[in-house]
Amino acid sequence: MERKNKTTGKVVGIVANLVIVETNGPVAQNEICFIHLGQENLMAEVIKIVGIKAYVQVFESTRGLKVGTSVTFEGHLLEVTLGPGILSKNYDGLQNDLDKMKGVFLTRGEYTDPLERDSLWNFSPIAKVGDTVYAGSWLGEVMENSIPHKIMVPFKLEKKYTVRSIVQAGTYTVDTTIATIKDDEGNEIAISMVQKWPVKMPIKAYDNKPRPFKLLETGVRCIDTLNPITEGGTGFIPGPFGTGKTVLQHAISKQAEADIVIIAACGERANEVVEIFTEFPELEDPRTGRKLIERTIIIANTSNMPVAAREASVYTAMTLAEYYRSMGLKILLMADSTSRWAQALREMSNRLEELPGPDAFPMDLSAVISNFYARAGFVYLPNGTTGSITFIGTVSPAGGNLKEPVTESTRKAARCFYGLSQARADSKRYPAIDAIESYSKYLEYPEVQTYLEKNLGKEWLGQVLQAKDILLRGKEAMEQINILGDDSVPLVFHDKYWKSELIDFIILQQDAFDKIDASCPMNRQQYMLTSVLKVANTEFKFDGFEEIGGFFKSIINIYKQMNYSEFQSEKFTQYESELNTLVSNKQVNE
Amino acid sequence: MERQAFQKIYTHLTNITKATVTLEAGDVGYEEMAIVHGRLAQVVKIMGKMITLQVFSGTEGIPTDAEILFLGRPPQLKVSDELSGRFFNAYGDPIDGGPEINGEIRDIGSPSVNPVRRKQPSQLIATGIAGIDLNNSLVSGQKIPFFADPDQPYNQVMASVALRAKTDKIILGGMGLTNDDYLYFKNVFENAGALEKIISFVNTTDNPPVERLLIPDMALTAAEYFAVDKNESVLVLLTDMTLFADALSIVSNRMDQIPSKDSMPGSLYSDLARIYEKAVQFPSGGSITIIAVTTLSGGDITHAIPDNTGYITEGQLFLRRDTEIGKVIVDPFRSLSRLKQLVIGKQTREDHPQVMNAAIRLYADASNARTKMENGFDLTDYDERTLEYAKAYSEKLLAIDVNVDTETMLSISWDLFSTHFSKAEVGIKAAITEKYWKN
Ligand SMILES: Nc1ncnc2c1ncn2[C@@H]1O[C@H](COP(=O)(O)OP(=O)(O)OP(=O)(O)O)[C@@H](O)[C@H]1O
Ligand SMILES: [Mg+2]
Repeated sequence: MERKNKTTGKVVGIVANLVIVETNGPVAQNEICFIHLGQENLMAEVIKIVGIKAYVQVFESTRGLKVGTSVTFEGHLLEVTLGPGILSKNYDGLQNDLDKMKGVFLTRGEYTDPLERDSLWNFSPIAKVGDTVYAGSWLGEVMENSIPHKIMVPFKLEKKYTVRSIVQAGTYTVDTTIATIKDDEGNEIAISMVQKWPVKMPIKAYDNKPRPFKLLETGVRCIDTLNPITEGGTGFIPGPFGTGKTVLQHAISKQAEADIVIIAACGERANEVVEIFTEFPELEDPRTGRKLIERTIIIANTSNMPVAAREASVYTAMTLAEYYRSMGLKILLMADSTSRWAQALREMSNRLEELPGPDAFPMDLSAVISNFYARAGFVYLPNGTTGSITFIGTVSPAGGNLKEPVTESTRKAARCFYGLSQARADSKRYPAIDAIESYSKYLEYPEVQTYLEKNLGKEWLGQVLQAKDILLRGKEAMEQINILGDDSVPLVFHDKYWKSELIDFIILQQDAFDKIDASCPMNRQQYMLTSVLKVANTEFKFDGFEEIGGFFKSIINIYKQMNYSEFQSEKFTQYESELNTLVSNKQVNE
Repeated sequence: MERQAFQKIYTHLTNITKATVTLEAGDVGYEEMAIVHGRLAQVVKIMGKMITLQVFSGTEGIPTDAEILFLGRPPQLKVSDELSGRFFNAYGDPIDGGPEINGEIRDIGSPSVNPVRRKQPSQLIATGIAGIDLNNSLVSGQKIPFFADPDQPYNQVMASVALRAKTDKIILGGMGLTNDDYLYFKNVFENAGALEKIISFVNTTDNPPVERLLIPDMALTAAEYFAVDKNESVLVLLTDMTLFADALSIVSNRMDQIPSKDSMPGSLYSDLARIYEKAVQFPSGGSITIIAVTTLSGGDITHAIPDNTGYITEGQLFLRRDTEIGKVIVDPFRSLSRLKQLVIGKQTREDHPQVMNAAIRLYADASNARTKMENGFDLTDYDERTLEYAKAYSEKLLAIDVNVDTETMLSISWDLFSTHFSKAEVGIKAAITEKYWKN
């Protein structure tokens, strides 16, 4: 789309952040333009073209803008800048480095460089002169924090090339030419460590994308044990306000066994981002012992920041994820909340006076969401290594009603459903995931089952299904008890109910704010599930329903202490033997 | 009235609706203020030469040959220490008979704070109300609304919270206040001898509803002055945000925008977030805390206004009449302060988080027992005890007329635990139970 002369135009209409521009030359859909308001240049994106009129959504406030103001079209789409130095950064939705901005308040028209042009990177070559390379081929690498950051042939170069030259190992700035490559016609191209890519286009520098098959440990029992997500998998967390979506996402981002975690705070609270800024530099990645912030990228486009940039923010985050995936890394991408992104689309579609779909959302909402989720995935790179983007988005259904368009569209796109229940949140049963309604489609994948069997043993899947079954039976028993009354049902109903409560309290519930309980490694999860199921499979002798409740309450109490203790510590084993005594005293002896 | 010799005056309106007027004019900025027939108005749409203005006080009686004068600026407020102790209308003009304010002119509705320039809130705000301090502690820099039915004493509760909180300034943004409530606030503030730290921007039910749209921005511009320029802790009270949102829907409906849920504009979330996100803790010590009121209709929190509010604010305080004790309580089930974990057990005693959770869990057991009872089932001994406990808990802790310090609240909770339950039933970590259990 590069043009010799930039197309220009003049503002002819303004409604909030929708501006109509009369143009004097070619423009492209989604092209970026700048509106020159006094000293400020307001960035905007073309979202509709009618004759010579371009409708643009401005990424800033349009206060004070007048008809006649001049506009320049840039000849490219909304792009991100890719290169070493992205990790640990705090960006806004358009990849401006927030830390570089002056002043307490965001200034309109201030755009900052996403990278550090002066920093030196210790480069070591991977490719050799004469190698045949394609878009995404690894030419060399630098260490970014502790991550080997590959310097790749820019994704925009679509042909086959030969490496003509490559610099020696040494320290260079990102803009230094580190290699030259040549296409078949003999055109030479200089490659630096920086490249650009339009955010709305998926980066496809991989050979193929198989179905995900590896478990991605999150440390959350309710996910890993009952409804596991996979490396390269997709999941979503819908729930009414205050039910724990953000706390759950933050917990996952702290504990998950990913190389890089990208958090897109999309139209949510600024204080929640500040929490990450504050905590992540202090907290350690349990696997590497390095600070969490070193493997984290934050895209903060909070609810009070410009709405159009909110829509861009999720794409910016996804593109950064794809960039790092192409280096053979395991990326976990979180977006909170995808509903805000959908609302941004709705606001614009309404201003454009498009024919609205359900709840005034745009007609193509479902397609937009599906296309986005489809960019996640596990991939084989051309050099035989693998990379993945696991994506988990939250959904904030209006009125808590899961039948609304954003939830329904997301349900079609995501493979794991972690529905948060108001009732569970109200009774502080956190994380409030409704284990009966929720699902992981991956549990049905034969390749995932094989993986689980290999890594967690032959019995594991059966145990998981049994736990789910007990929860369901318990719920049914509870309903019966509520209808018929405590003493009008057989004792076995109480037994069933309390066994499900045991699983609820010990496996499902997890205290995100307790140092030890917050993160539960898989071996511990397995140990606990096995132990709890053993109790659930035990036949007890009770005289009345009141005794059943009392007994299970004390068991639950001891198990809880175990969850709060260091795994296999002295205290832990002490509680365990206390528990065993209690259980064997009540158990029916054959 | 502002008028300068060189300003062009227009005298022909082409369209008039209930809230807007349209005319042909040039060189007009988006969101610029204007005076239409002596009434303040703001540019909301520009299409070529056609300018549409929203007239805040409504268009009744405006003729097509009305005089229109553009002011060349967005809505503004003069800020200085002189604001203290004063009462203003939605335009920032004094309504207390006092003199005009001298000060620096600031545009209202200013840009957002850069998130990396914020500090994590960490300062507890004590109110003496256990339903708040024990179960839903407030933190400076937080934004939180009361959800209440219109017949509940939310303004009274808010006023006592404001006066007990130790802040440098209290800024009241009153929207659609009844004259009685306006006078009530004036009285309590005066009687508390706190007038010099209070600033009020008030739109009463006597004023046109659309004017309310300016109130939050006025109040928050003043708040930013004190929090940023003076490093003060500022508490902003916004009541009633439901009436603010109603005004938004009036305007958007009259501009023919496609309404989304409950006839609210599709941008309701962003509109409300822009206001609530002004709550902030600055590293320099200044802070803005927002306590708002969102009235519900028939307790329905799925309505678009409370629903969007809940998604934006850091929790909500739910007022409910407990018929058993005949008092209004802060409902422990639906209420939530999301910032409480930043302070409880840290600025308060170590047992606070566990005590709070256990107390609420037992209260939940009581509500299950009550359902059982209402369905005509026999209650177990445990059920009976939870019911007794719930009544005492409600009376001694949840009722809004409680005024004690947090340590006392914890002590009352342990009393209730040991009176009604065994240690195992309470289920708190052994280390803590051993230390605080009352024999
Ligand atoms: N796992 C948990 N353990 C303890 N408390 C929790 C947990 N999850 C959530 N909470 C409580 O619930 C509150 C709200 O959680 P969170 O902010 O994650 O909700 P949300 O679903 O993201 O809401 P919103 O849609 O409004 O953003 C938290 O501040 C915390 O008090
Ligand atoms: Mg959230």
